[in-house]
Amino acid sequence: MIRVLQLAPVILLTAVILAFALLTPGFLAPRNLSNILVQTSSLAVIATGLTFVLIAGGIDLSAGSVMFLSAAIAGKLALSGQPLPATIAAVLAVGAACGAVNGLMVAKLRLPGFIATLGFLYAGRGVALYITETRAMNLPDELLRLFTSSVAGIPIPVCILIVTTVLAETALSRTAWGLQLYAAGHNSRQALLAGIRVDRITLAVYVISGVAAGLGGLIAVAQLGAVSPTFGYQRELSAIAAAVLGGTSLFGGRGHVFPGTIFGAFLIQTVETGLVMLNADPYLYPMVMAGIILLAVLLDAIRTRLVDSLGRRSIRANRALQGKV
Amino acid sequence: MQLTNTPPPLLRCDRLDKAFAGVRVLRGVSLEVLPGELHGIVGENGAGKSTLMNLIGGVHQLSAGWMEFGGAPYTPATPLDAAHTGIAFVHQELNLFPNLSIAENIFVGQHPVRRIAGVPFADRAAAATRTRALLDEVGLTTAAPDTLVERLPQGDRQLVEIAKGLNQDARLIIFDEPTTSLTNREVERLFTIVRRLQQRGIAILYISHALEHVLTLAGRITVLRDGAVVETGPRTGFDTESLIRAMVGRDIEHLYPPLPSPPSSPAKVLEVRNLSQPGVIENITFDLHKGEIVGIAGLMGSGRSELARILFGLDPAGKGSVRLNGAPLDGLPPRARIARGLAFVTESRRDDGLFPDASVAENLRIVHPASPDPLRMLKELHVAAASSEQAVGELSGGNQQKVVLGKWLLNPPAVLILDEPTRGIDVGARQEIYSVIASLAERGMSLLVISSEIEELIGLCTRIMVMAGGELRAEFPAGTSREDILRAAV
Repeated sequence: MIRVLQLAPVILLTAVILAFALLTPGFLAPRNLSNILVQTSSLAVIATGLTFVLIAGGIDLSAGSVMFLSAAIAGKLALSGQPLPATIAAVLAVGAACGAVNGLMVAKLRLPGFIATLGFLYAGRGVALYITETRAMNLPDELLRLFTSSVAGIPIPVCILIVTTVLAETALSRTAWGLQLYAAGHNSRQALLAGIRVDRITLAVYVISGVAAGLGGLIAVAQLGAVSPTFGYQRELSAIAAAVLGGTSLFGGRGHVFPGTIFGAFLIQTVETGLVMLNADPYLYPMVMAGIILLAVLLDAIRTRLVDSLGRRSIRANRALQGKV
Repeated sequence: MQLTNTPPPLLRCDRLDKAFAGVRVLRGVSLEVLPGELHGIVGENGAGKSTLMNLIGGVHQLSAGWMEFGGAPYTPATPLDAAHTGIAFVHQELNLFPNLSIAENIFVGQHPVRRIAGVPFADRAAAATRTRALLDEVGLTTAAPDTLVERLPQGDRQLVEIAKGLNQDARLIIFDEPTTSLTNREVERLFTIVRRLQQRGIAILYISHALEHVLTLAGRITVLRDGAVVETGPRTGFDTESLIRAMVGRDIEHLYPPLPSPPSSPAKVLEVRNLSQPGVIENITFDLHKGEIVGIAGLMGSGRSELARILFGLDPAGKGSVRLNGAPLDGLPPRARIARGLAFVTESRRDDGLFPDASVAENLRIVHPASPDPLRMLKELHVAAASSEQAVGELSGGNQQKVVLGKWLLNPPAVLILDEPTRGIDVGARQEIYSVIASLAERGMSLLVISSEIEELIGLCTRIMVMAGGELRAEFPAGTSREDILRAAV
């Protein structure tokens, strides 16, 4: 049963794809599927960063605002004639700086992650609106072209997604640092007693989330062509939903970027695209999203309960075993 | 110059003092631990055992005094310092990460790494090899290093904790109440491993309320009372009686109250018929009469607590029926069962019985909020609390348990189920709880007492039922010997 639940994102995704395939002709066309993948990449990158924060037992509500702020700064720089590499580096640096502010508030000032990042959700958006003077900002073609071109037939956003996924999952599953992250997320006091620098891990995950939000924002803004005042609005919620749909626990200590979060993001994007192709009433989208998020949290709760019940002994089974010995 | 056979002590504590917020909890405690020695520490709750261990383990710092380890001054500022010095601490609540594997738990602080392009990749192969050797050493031969700790039973988790200590080359291992959540078989296995550690020259500080365990294992025993050492010496100088005397500072003549007289007209209060739940309990049938104290004995995992949870409506029953004063309870939730006269003092006070951060008064009011003057229970049960507004978690175990009892007794139930009513409670408070139980039965309440301590059931109950493998195996009248009951339980 637990194994089935671990496969839940894959099963859900398959079911959703099949449903849309039956409802809309052309949904399964390779071009459409590849489009969905390209459109997923922004959300998936942001959700990858959030997965680190969630595993550490925190939460980052500011991702959408960080997206907006770094995109706004990138836009300013690009329009003022800065070269492309400098612009991209600036986006990542702004993301990292935003993440560091969040991380320091949580790790050093000991604010709850929810409150610290809720503050940044408002502050970040406020600063970005100030910079953009609440007007939409068009970006130079050069930037748009870079993010809509392909390398060896693979669209650049998908390339970025592949690289971040490999890096993230390697860090989580293959390094000593990843191990300490899971330990700290399960019980920070206990991790401290085991000699783990929990504050450094906390700082690191928020920086990772900030960089990911900046990068994800850059991909999104290149696809949209402009930075609008609502850019990135509530995107953090979709990203959290993607991570949780992929099996990351909101209680910390559990979760993976691949397949977990990536599948979760792909699932959300597939639903959005499918609804568009169905010409569904746009007012229905939030309700469908609500349903998906509830489903994700429900799955998380069921999984937690099942893991707990595994920890209990089956008395009768024990006895049968003893009888054999 | 005189030659002696005694090796120099591994750990020497000299006149240790510890005060919390001006209150001295440890007063001039001196203690020596020799290499390869098992040193038992006993004392009532609040005697200072945990504080002493926390000083040695680097959790707290000394107020005054001096410690030496292996001949060098020893001043740990953190538990990590203690670990690096060679002192491992196996806590009662194990410090493991259930979401990580055995190997990851053993190496979580300092995992072996293989650097590829400067990136410290976790060297899982090296960790697994080393873990395998450590697990073999502690007798956990059946578990693979990559098994998640959440899949392990309590006893195995403790062995993982010991393996962790061995990995840090511990020369002294502190065990704090290591047997409270172990089955008898696991206890036996732990003893074997403890002796093996001793043979390797590892010293052990063993704190336990289970005096027989201490008497079985220890070479020397130190008794603490009110933060000071009252007796210390070789094990041969002690027996259970003398230990209790030293711990309490007086003779406890009548630990158990006289048994209530058997009811003259045995009215059935609780009737349990063929109660079954697949995988948990099987075909449980018994009656509980008015004014009876019936004990349920059995090893850990025999289904005792599970039966209690099903009777109280916390877990479902697959088949069978339960009647209270003739009325069926089947399918009713706990709230409805409480209204019909059932009460349940759970096994774990901290997790299931109390809201530790809430005040004594709030905890008393939680079940019967409308009951007038809930604070009268504090007087009736002699709860020692600074005030009714004190957080209940700050009280001693015995006083916490009295608060749990008090909240149920505000509206006296017909049947009171008590699961391990004296676990982690010192001798003095135990005696008080026993006399409360007896007086409740005297007043016509029926009690079902679950306990791992057979002596307790023999001393307290009018009848003892034995569970094993989820079934009722045997029933004994008062005055049955410990051996007969144990034989039925295994």
